[in-house]
Amino acid sequence: MIELENVSKSFTLHNQGSAVIPVMERVNLTVAPGECVGLVGASGAGKSTLMRLIYGNYLAASGRVMVGDLDVAQAAPRQIIALRRDTLGYVSQFLRVVPRVAALDVVAEPLLAVGTPQAAARDKAASLLAELNIPERLWSLSPTTFSGGEQQRVNIARGFAYDYPALLLDEPTASLDAKNRATVLRLIEGAKSRGAAIIGIFHDEATRDQVCDRFVDVSAFSPQVAA
Amino acid sequence: MGAEVKEQDMTPLLQVKALTKMYGPRIGCKDVSFDLYPGEVMGIVGESGSGKSTLLNAMAGHHAPDCGEVVFDTRADGPVDTCTMSEPARRMLGRTDWAFVHQHARDGLRMSVSAGGNIGERLMAVGGRHYGEIREQAADWLGRVEISDSRIDDRPSDFSGGMQQRLQIARNLVTGPRLVFMDEPTGGLDVSVQARLLDLLRSLVREMGLSAIIVTHDLAVVRLLADRLMVMKDGHVVESGLTDQVLDDPQHAYTQLLVSSVLQV
Repeated sequence: MIELENVSKSFTLHNQGSAVIPVMERVNLTVAPGECVGLVGASGAGKSTLMRLIYGNYLAASGRVMVGDLDVAQAAPRQIIALRRDTLGYVSQFLRVVPRVAALDVVAEPLLAVGTPQAAARDKAASLLAELNIPERLWSLSPTTFSGGEQQRVNIARGFAYDYPALLLDEPTASLDAKNRATVLRLIEGAKSRGAAIIGIFHDEATRDQVCDRFVDVSAFSPQVAA
Repeated sequence: MGAEVKEQDMTPLLQVKALTKMYGPRIGCKDVSFDLYPGEVMGIVGESGSGKSTLLNAMAGHHAPDCGEVVFDTRADGPVDTCTMSEPARRMLGRTDWAFVHQHARDGLRMSVSAGGNIGERLMAVGGRHYGEIREQAADWLGRVEISDSRIDDRPSDFSGGMQQRLQIARNLVTGPRLVFMDEPTGGLDVSVQARLLDLLRSLVREMGLSAIIVTHDLAVVRLLADRLMVMKDGHVVESGLTDQVLDDPQHAYTQLLVSSVLQV
């Protein structure tokens, strides 16, 4: 489902004497449907960078980034937009929403985008919010006013509202209490069993060992020689 | 949206080809080309004087370009170059399938005509004649842009800046356009009003399946509204791509400078 072949990434800082900073090289990674791969490595090793390369948020310098049958490294913006709508979900650490939009609508949005009828989308959103213990009186409020932990749970609900065939999870369980962490784990297990290919970053070792089928150490991709 | 849109979105709604507008020897915008597909929202950013408004006005037919084509997929005749179209045909397009939201609402409104009249005028321009129906639609649109219908007979000059801007949007969208040009739609409004307007624009774009081209210098606005982004400097497009990719991983020196210059809130 997700296949990276010889991918490299560097940043060119034009305003600092055009310094080229290579951050990753020779990335090869395959994730099959129904599999959850955990990215490990020290902070700054490039775990999030790798996720962003797959999501099309960062531009790969070379190599192929296949998600389904689309090469994200070469795709046109509209192909990536379609990919993110239909195929590839991403739960980041931070929620970014339009002010004033109700939490329930934030969660229902990915479903509406693929043409789910309004009522069904809102039902699904409501059940996810309930499952993640967001009090019902908050559903009609904008998540911008929520606490950090609540925002993160809204973010997770949004990420799991639609059944994406491929999912990127960037620390979905950070700063959650045990009860909510268990819910997230259940959601991840559910996604795996319906055949989603998942790449995750989990700092909590217990969580990591429970959901991941194998691990990839990202430090192996760091450039050999510093420029 | 979703499934039914996919079938037809193979033909771009708008194809801009090598569009150039000169002001004497000076470059307004040069050699701009892109395709816009149905339902897509494209942002154009750049500093003042970078040519973004010139480009928008050239595309919308307000300025005649020096060379290039602006091909629009019309309902009746398919793709037509609007630069070589007859003036009446282009005006008709401007009243039906196209809409233009000006930065200053007073440029896009008739200040001496009531709010309802401002909306109704556009309906009458496309043949609406039944007073009751026009008034009903005007009231409906006032509601959609969150203006109380008790204000329907008030003049826009009595409205606040944010209300004027929302009225301008209602006036533009009432005829169900397929392409909306926006020039700094949130410029000059305070942040809470901006947020409200952004939310409104986003939901209208989604509900009506609009395509839009938004010129702004505000990177936060494009991040929220635009799927794609074009960065202009000195009349040239220096970078374009997916909005979040251009903002998070800018490739061109100027874009890097622009992105790193934004104050964090």
